[in-house]
Amino acid sequence: MNNSDNYKIKVGLAEMLKGGVIMDVTTPDQAKIAEDSGAVAVMALEKVPADIRKEGGVARMAAIEVIERIKEVVSIPVMAKVRIGHFAEAQMLEAMEVDFIDESEVLTPADDKYHIDKWNFKVPFVCGCRNLGEALRRISEGAAMIRTKGEAGSGNIIEAVRHMRMVMGHIRSLQNMSPEELKSEAREMEVDLEIVQKTAELGKLLVPNFAAGGIATPADASLMMQLGAESVFVGSGIFKSEDPAVRAKAIVQATTHYKDPKVLIEVSRHLAGAMKGLDIGKIPEDELLQIR
Amino acid sequence: MAEKKIKLVRTDENVYEVGILALQGDFELHTKALKKAGQEALLIKTADELKRIKRLIIPGGESTTMNKLIDIYNMRQPLLEFGKKKPVWGTCAGLVMLSKDAGDKRVQPFGLIDIDSVRNAYGRQIHSFSKKSKISLNGRSEAIELVFIRAPKITRSGKQVQILAELDGEAVMARQGNILVSAFHPELSDSTMIHEYFLKM
Repeated sequence: MNNSDNYKIKVGLAEMLKGGVIMDVTTPDQAKIAEDSGAVAVMALEKVPADIRKEGGVARMAAIEVIERIKEVVSIPVMAKVRIGHFAEAQMLEAMEVDFIDESEVLTPADDKYHIDKWNFKVPFVCGCRNLGEALRRISEGAAMIRTKGEAGSGNIIEAVRHMRMVMGHIRSLQNMSPEELKSEAREMEVDLEIVQKTAELGKLLVPNFAAGGIATPADASLMMQLGAESVFVGSGIFKSEDPAVRAKAIVQATTHYKDPKVLIEVSRHLAGAMKGLDIGKIPEDELLQIR
Repeated sequence: MAEKKIKLVRTDENVYEVGILALQGDFELHTKALKKAGQEALLIKTADELKRIKRLIIPGGESTTMNKLIDIYNMRQPLLEFGKKKPVWGTCAGLVMLSKDAGDKRVQPFGLIDIDSVRNAYGRQIHSFSKKSKISLNGRSEAIELVFIRAPKITRSGKQVQILAELDGEAVMARQGNILVSAFHPELSDSTMIHEYFLKM
């Protein structure tokens, strides 16, 4: 298989995950709850973002045993996170046959200049973005899926909303631009003109565009889907709530029927407390994960 | 964008040639492939909407998720009744859902075609692959890129089942009466031959 066939297969898996919920899990038991609740994939982690935030220190790829045990108990795809730029961690995850790698700002970055050259891998990558420039640069590096960064572990949706609106709004404005304006956009975003032209033509990113960071309720999932997300990642929102299994199922249904408020009412009824959440303005700037 | 299509299905009452089960999975790529083949599709999220279509595609995605949502929204019986009379095509996870036995208690397949299936039979994503192969349907032949993504295998097929395509000696596409299954993803290839074949079933 050549590189483009391989890329098609990587993006193909992202296509299969559309309309679904990918859940952060830290133990095999949580992974099983996620699968039983209808998750399309799980993200194997040592700590959920809310705890990473609380405990501080350097956050790295999860322990091998955690990932292996989670792989053993579920039949749905298993994802895992590596630090930005840490291609050695990624090589290990690929050799462990993890299904998808998240090059994630939730972990402490390993390289302040370069992201991983994702074309070198057979396993697909998802990367976060705050705006269209970041999204297109990550796609140029070979990402097979893009997600908003949001503010992970905050339980607060405002940043994910901001990032999704930035991306979708910018794409809509590209669609009204003349060829020379597109050229200038490509220069500003530091990407090839071709990817800018193709994105304008398609009216959406060239790879599936998912939402992440701060999703805590069925209504949050619906909001992100209506703003243009094609699936949602839920991190701390499920296993930091008071009723993980019920909440997980509710968010799965909200993602499928995101346009139907009656379904949202039904699944949101009797939900116990959501995770408490943080006011983004009260997080010190140097503790924001999204700026990584 | 997918947004507009969904709005459309909830406001008009037309009957469509084809619908795509849109609980979860790659229904968008099937929509595109059908459009290329000249057919507008209806996205199906409720049992009621089944009444408005003549044939149904169950797309790839996660069979455990689809299985769950089918039960929550009481779609099991209506889907079963639909498949007894009208054409249904399952790709990848859809194949698993249509088979008799998937050997996994996490999914309860419909048993509409006399085959057994195994989920993720080729292994994890790193073992996903594509291969060009010649497929002949209704006297028309085309070399099609067969894309297998965490694909299932057909491990047994009954006498009534017609094998329509093989890869390395194993059945990857089959038909029994009004039920069609493929382990690979024709919606990920450039060809619309199989979509056109299904539209004539």
